[in-house]
Amino acid sequence: MYVNRRAPHGTIYALEGLEVVLIGAAFDQDVCMVFIGDGVFQLKKGQDTSDSDIKNFSPTYRALGDYDVNRLYVERESLEDRGLAGGDLMELTWEDEDDDWNEKPSIQLVSRQELSDLMEAQDVILNF
Amino acid sequence: MKFSIMVNEGPYTHQASDTAFNFTRAALEAGHEIFRIFFYHDGVNNGTRMTTPPQDDRHVVNRWSELAEQHGLDMVVCVAAAQRRGILDADEAKRNGKDGDNIAPGFRISGLGQLIEAGIEADRLLVFGD
Repeated sequence: MYVNRRAPHGTIYALEGLEVVLIGAAFDQDVCMVFIGDGVFQLKKGQDTSDSDIKNFSPTYRALGDYDVNRLYVERESLEDRGLAGGDLMELTWEDEDDDWNEKPSIQLVSRQELSDLMEAQDVILNF
Repeated sequence: MKFSIMVNEGPYTHQASDTAFNFTRAALEAGHEIFRIFFYHDGVNNGTRMTTPPQDDRHVVNRWSELAEQHGLDMVVCVAAAQRRGILDADEAKRNGKDGDNIAPGFRISGLGQLIEAGIEADRLLVFGD
């Protein structure tokens, strides 16, 4: 489980955290990503860094589905605290090969309590 | 128990490296095994031999090197994070056309796969950061 707590820009943790996920995907593990606190901003749609000369890496999240990283848990309370809703996030999907390659949403909104239970079930938790 | 340690901040600015060091040393003294110490983000800055901290305080880089030598620890600096921050060994310097290297003794530069393996092989992976 990769826990993401920071906004996409302002610090490098989001970008370098994503790099770990992408490289880790090659190791055939059962992985998921969690977005809490300011981490929920990483998935916000319509990011535009053209004024700041910093690379906009938000399109990279679209590739996660192809890497079999298809469980992206977003904490509801974190969204609400920031005046965001599910509709403000990018529509990330994955293709389920066990279901006729049907496209399904990768993002799931979960409560803080549900997240706590999810974390209990993990073997390894990294946080950025 | 077998532990893997992840250090995500550089020396001095954050206490993360100190806490990681103290934990590692205590775990070893208690008879546990440290599978690997992986330095990521600014943590790679723990791996430069060029620091000259004030003499009346701890030498963060050197004590990592000493602990590693004493216990045969595997200390890995992430290559991607190191390239961004200018931590290199002789091979990296040659490969990237740099006029010097700065890696400290006991540290080796390698890929993120070493971190994933560290998480899989250990009983617990501890992350020290900000």
